[in-house]
Amino acid sequence: MSPAKRNGLLQRLMRGRTAVIGVPYLWLALFFMLPFLIVLKISISEMETVRFKDLIVYADGVLRLSIKLSNYVFITEDDLYFKSYLISIKYAAATTFWCLFIGYPFAYFMARAKATLQPALLMLVMLPFWTSFLLRVYAWKGLLSEHGWVAEALMALKLDGPLQQLGLIESPGLFMNTPFSLLIGMVYTYLPFMILPLYANLAKMDVRLLEAAADLGATPWVAFWKITVPLSKAGIIAGSMLVFIPCVGEFVIPELLGGPQTLMIGRVLWDEFFSNNDWPMASSVAVVMVLLIIVPLALFNKYQAEAQEVKR
Amino acid sequence: MSSTVDGGAYLRIEDVVKDFGGGAVAVNHVSIDIQKGEIFALLGSSGCGKTTLLRMLAGFETPSSGRIVLNGQDLAGLPPYLRPINMMFQSYALFPHLTVWDNIAFGLKRDGCAKDEIAARVEAMLKLVQLGKFAKRKPHQLSGGQQQRVALARSLAKKPQLLLLDEPLGALDKKLREETQIELVNIIEDVGVTCVMVTHDQEEAMTMATRIAVMSEGRILQIGAPSDIYETPATRFVADFIGNVNMMEGTLAVDEPDHVVIDCADCRHYVGHGITGSAGMAVSVALRPEKIRLTCDKPEGEFNQVLAKVRDLAYFGAYTIYHLLLPSGQVIKVSESNLERHRADPLTWDDPVWASWSPTSQVVLTQ
Repeated sequence: MSPAKRNGLLQRLMRGRTAVIGVPYLWLALFFMLPFLIVLKISISEMETVRFKDLIVYADGVLRLSIKLSNYVFITEDDLYFKSYLISIKYAAATTFWCLFIGYPFAYFMARAKATLQPALLMLVMLPFWTSFLLRVYAWKGLLSEHGWVAEALMALKLDGPLQQLGLIESPGLFMNTPFSLLIGMVYTYLPFMILPLYANLAKMDVRLLEAAADLGATPWVAFWKITVPLSKAGIIAGSMLVFIPCVGEFVIPELLGGPQTLMIGRVLWDEFFSNNDWPMASSVAVVMVLLIIVPLALFNKYQAEAQEVKR
Repeated sequence: MSSTVDGGAYLRIEDVVKDFGGGAVAVNHVSIDIQKGEIFALLGSSGCGKTTLLRMLAGFETPSSGRIVLNGQDLAGLPPYLRPINMMFQSYALFPHLTVWDNIAFGLKRDGCAKDEIAARVEAMLKLVQLGKFAKRKPHQLSGGQQQRVALARSLAKKPQLLLLDEPLGALDKKLREETQIELVNIIEDVGVTCVMVTHDQEEAMTMATRIAVMSEGRILQIGAPSDIYETPATRFVADFIGNVNMMEGTLAVDEPDHVVIDCADCRHYVGHGITGSAGMAVSVALRPEKIRLTCDKPEGEFNQVLAKVRDLAYFGAYTIYHLLLPSGQVIKVSESNLERHRADPLTWDDPVWASWSPTSQVVLTQ
């Protein structure tokens, strides 16, 4: 390579744009892509007593490539995995639904509130982040266990009957370690992640479109469903992804607030790694979970790209 | 002008006031009668209350007092979605997530029309605004002029009793605006809908409207046909707001029933009609730039002429604007059509020139 050419290349590499984009990519490659490839490798390796067998072995003029797929086969055979994947997706979906149900009206009225009031409301949404997430989940333990304030209030309101009928709690008066307590904890924790993108989207909406709808004969209710909701689709999807994806792999909240009914995949993963010490098995569970999450993520990205195009 | 059966107005705005609080009254005791089939323009600079008045017609604002009656029906308390009125919004407010077809069909669907009825109506509207080919497109895929036509089609689709236009051409560039003005009026007249428009652009108001109301600070200063407003403005403000005008201050010297003479600093005006006033009172004489002739020789007589000096000139191709310095130091504008390619006696900077005008060209203003 001639010196001039080399300088050109160096210049191009050092250009600000490349550096700005390159640094996070490098970071992700080192601390996400590489570990993931290692996990992938472990998941198809044979376990020896202390170490993994190499995938490619060259001995006596024979090149041997050994890929162990039995872990993946086992995942499909033992319904423990299938069930806990399903439970994870079920609770992640329920959490997403409730976050959307509570968060949408919240974000809507926040976006329509007086401009001077909005920063304060936004601050309130983000305030919980100032306290440790673990502490806040622990607090729910106290609130929901026997004689806890929330438990007492629920009893006073006679809500334990309906909750039992819905299968969210097992017996009246016992709220802890049930699907109910798990959902409360997850919805509570993830609500801001739903509200913030929804708010960002709804605040940008042109209110004259609602006037135009009213002018054309749409009642406020119809205008909401025909104009506001479709136009906030990008916000709904962004918020739902931000809630759904981490919820699927959630470990801490089910561990602290969940019960035997709510065995989620995060717990299974933990057990495989630390109780069974079966790293290849644990790795394959993790790989399947990542794949399960990547599909909705890819859909999300595709929609984002389309939404960007519309704006242009 | 056609009128309704009982001789009353089709749209009657009766002593309407809108007070947002905080001192300024947006709309201050406005009364207008609008006949069926009229294109009526509310003209004024921004903040004059014209948009507030339009929004009260649409139902987005409630009058503080006064009544709005459309076709015999008092609109008080009727929300926008129940009014038989449709509006073309400034910069259109087209629904970005719906196609052109669905935008136009939006209002019809709200009325619960039958499917084939909606389809027929939308097709008719698309044909009216010549956008048949674009039915499947989204608004952002259209040019500004096409979006404007979609907005028009959408506001006409429900056959409104009253069409409101908020700065209908404000978002278009100058050349397109001129073409669209005439096209828009043709469509509105074809449909035969009564129309109230708001604009700050006096040319837009003059070319499109049958009548104009000039507004300032919440009040109506004058209502009349475009030519009335231009040729016989009622006040100094209106004369100044519409087009260019030279304003000369003077005193009424001779006050006869068939003519008056007004002495100004630079010249004596002979006006060929009587005015209400008395000798000695201070008046203004408004003279439009295009009504002044320029000659090198002194015109006959002693009235309506002044010897001036060319201080500046601006050549516009079709016409030239001369800035003339009068002996008193006042500068007046004169616009001359360039009837020939080269003027026989070309005027240039510092040339002396006689400016003169006929006794019917001035407007005498007392307020």
